[in-house]
Amino acid sequence: MNQQPLPNSLRQGPDLRGRFGEFGGRYVAETLMPVIQEVEQAYNAARNDPAFMAEWRRLLKDYVGRPSPLWLCERLTAHCAAESGRDDLGARIYFKREELNHTGAHKINAVLGQILLARRMGKPRIIAETGAGQHGVATATACALFGLKCVVYMGATDVERQAPNVFRMKLLGAEVIPVTSGAGTLKDAMNDAMRDWVANVADTYYCIGTVAGPAPFPQMVRDFQCVIGEETRQQILAAEGRLPDALVCAVGGGSSAMGLFHPFLDDKDVAIYGVEAAGRGMDTAEHAASLNRGRPGVLHGNRTYLLQDGDGQIQEAHSISAGLDYPGIGPEHSWLHEIGRVTYVGATDDEALAAFQLCSRLEGIIPALESAHGLAHVLKLAPTLRRDQTIILNLSGRGDKDIFTVAKHLGEQL
Amino acid sequence: MSASGSTQECFDRKGRIAARFAKLKAEGRGALMPFVEAYDPDPATSMALLRGLPGAGADLIEIGVPFSDPMADGPTIQLAAQRALKAGGSLAGALAMVRDFRREDDDTPIVLMGYLNPILSYGIESFCTEAACSGVDGLIVVDLPPEEAAELAVPAREQGLDLIRLVAPTTDEERLPRVLEGTSGFIYYVSIAGVTGTRSATRDALADAIPRLRRHTDLPIAIGFGIRSPQQAAEAVQLADGAVVASALIATLADCLDERGRARPDTLRRVLDQVRELAEAVRGARVTS
Repeated sequence: MNQQPLPNSLRQGPDLRGRFGEFGGRYVAETLMPVIQEVEQAYNAARNDPAFMAEWRRLLKDYVGRPSPLWLCERLTAHCAAESGRDDLGARIYFKREELNHTGAHKINAVLGQILLARRMGKPRIIAETGAGQHGVATATACALFGLKCVVYMGATDVERQAPNVFRMKLLGAEVIPVTSGAGTLKDAMNDAMRDWVANVADTYYCIGTVAGPAPFPQMVRDFQCVIGEETRQQILAAEGRLPDALVCAVGGGSSAMGLFHPFLDDKDVAIYGVEAAGRGMDTAEHAASLNRGRPGVLHGNRTYLLQDGDGQIQEAHSISAGLDYPGIGPEHSWLHEIGRVTYVGATDDEALAAFQLCSRLEGIIPALESAHGLAHVLKLAPTLRRDQTIILNLSGRGDKDIFTVAKHLGEQL
Repeated sequence: MSASGSTQECFDRKGRIAARFAKLKAEGRGALMPFVEAYDPDPATSMALLRGLPGAGADLIEIGVPFSDPMADGPTIQLAAQRALKAGGSLAGALAMVRDFRREDDDTPIVLMGYLNPILSYGIESFCTEAACSGVDGLIVVDLPPEEAAELAVPAREQGLDLIRLVAPTTDEERLPRVLEGTSGFIYYVSIAGVTGTRSATRDALADAIPRLRRHTDLPIAIGFGIRSPQQAAEAVQLADGAVVASALIATLADCLDERGRARPDTLRRVLDQVRELAEAVRGARVTS
């Protein structure tokens, strides 16, 4: 599905051991190794099978509604130009509108690919973890479409703060299991999903929601999400006649970001920014900035940057956005961070909230709080670039799910 | 980062695991391997339990190193890890316990069982040096399959530590040689596809699996996951060379804590009584193979 990378390309990873530089790999209990190798073999066969890829493309077009539009944000652009205080600054801002996908986020792209794979492998039962509920809803949706049993693990804390998505999953026929182990958030949901998989390897496929986990998941989810960047590349060339000057995307686990970034990694004139959730501030204890404040370790099957204490215990992350509230990040991001190809910055809860409101008022688009973190950085970057330059933000999800959280922070009763 | 400096005393690397299994084989019986989570529910109780285990009939001892995200463990050991972490448990703390234990017992083999990240955080080289020096004999790292094991296996071997591999019901004949390659000490057979403390394997399943495994290795085989009762322990050592009991002991310990999670006066005795019952069953079981 990707263009064939050139030698010395940054797009060749992972290696045969599932590594991006030193990151990635396959750190799981022996019980899971055989099924994970089975997934890898099935995926390698599927992606070289034109019939499999054609079926996935058909679903993306007719069920998801792809391609998603690339939208020139004229009012946000004018706002940033005015903010610059100069008549030559204020880059043109585009949104890649993944929030218009069926189920309201980019997650469905990789879910459909994985569910087709699970069918091909003959696994009738699907499990997934979810934080904000977007991946859970996407998985429940695909399982409804194909008549598969679906079990979603969700931290008890998140079940409470994302009630509408919990009900959506139930409407779609999924069983939602609240996870009370640990702190009851996304990390713990992923632990319990892994535990389920160990106990049910024979009939179960684990549909991981991000570019993390044991190999081949980081690569596979990335490959499916690359449809975002591939479309974006064609669309910006059609609109501007040249590649963008900058790409921006929020990163939690980092699947929407990898999907946008990967097809541009070899275009060295395209600056790329990943935006971590800085929570209450990168220098407080409450953030989810694994790359900026963590260090390498092993969790959830891969070696990557993690928030951890001096004893190697994993710490709880914090973000206003449940989708970014994760103490790790996909291993390919860790590699891109270390080689310096992508610049990882932070946006705080307050900056994301401000961007959320500004976007709603200036563009008539209510973004997901995750995407609002990316926008917060666009608002800093655009006023520093020339007016003939362009920035593309991956607007990875819509904000309907977040209105209760935002209302609470703004002191409004719904 | 390591808590204990290199100036401390260093115990000999004696190959205690091989020696113990050889001795038991000569006696015609299998091994009981109880598990204790370091610092659960507090350092003193956990240390007292560790010291009491050989007297209660433990032939080898597994010490669980608390980790925040024990993905292969069921609720019982998850809660034990949480209690241990709350009490200040760490990899350095577990090593210090072994060092204390070794001052009184230089024969009972000790195996550390845990997850990779605390070891990475400690530093693999210094961990291996200090573990061996503290009197640790073997390591079981649950989330380190053979494909990823080289970075720990090499320094562990240099320090005389046995890196003990897990074999699961899902490990097929084709994969088995790779899993067994370079392993030492004993083989840990995970008797069910699942997490700790949930289900138990049937005797028939074990009677099928263990001989299959024997065809590929001369090392002793211990069975773990799902051994709860004295009878199950006895059955395990009739088929294999050792029985690991973890969740059942931790469940007893957890039941004996007060409402604030602290040990009561009888907590230690109740756990050790259970170990005695298990040991009696294991010693009474005739090894048929």
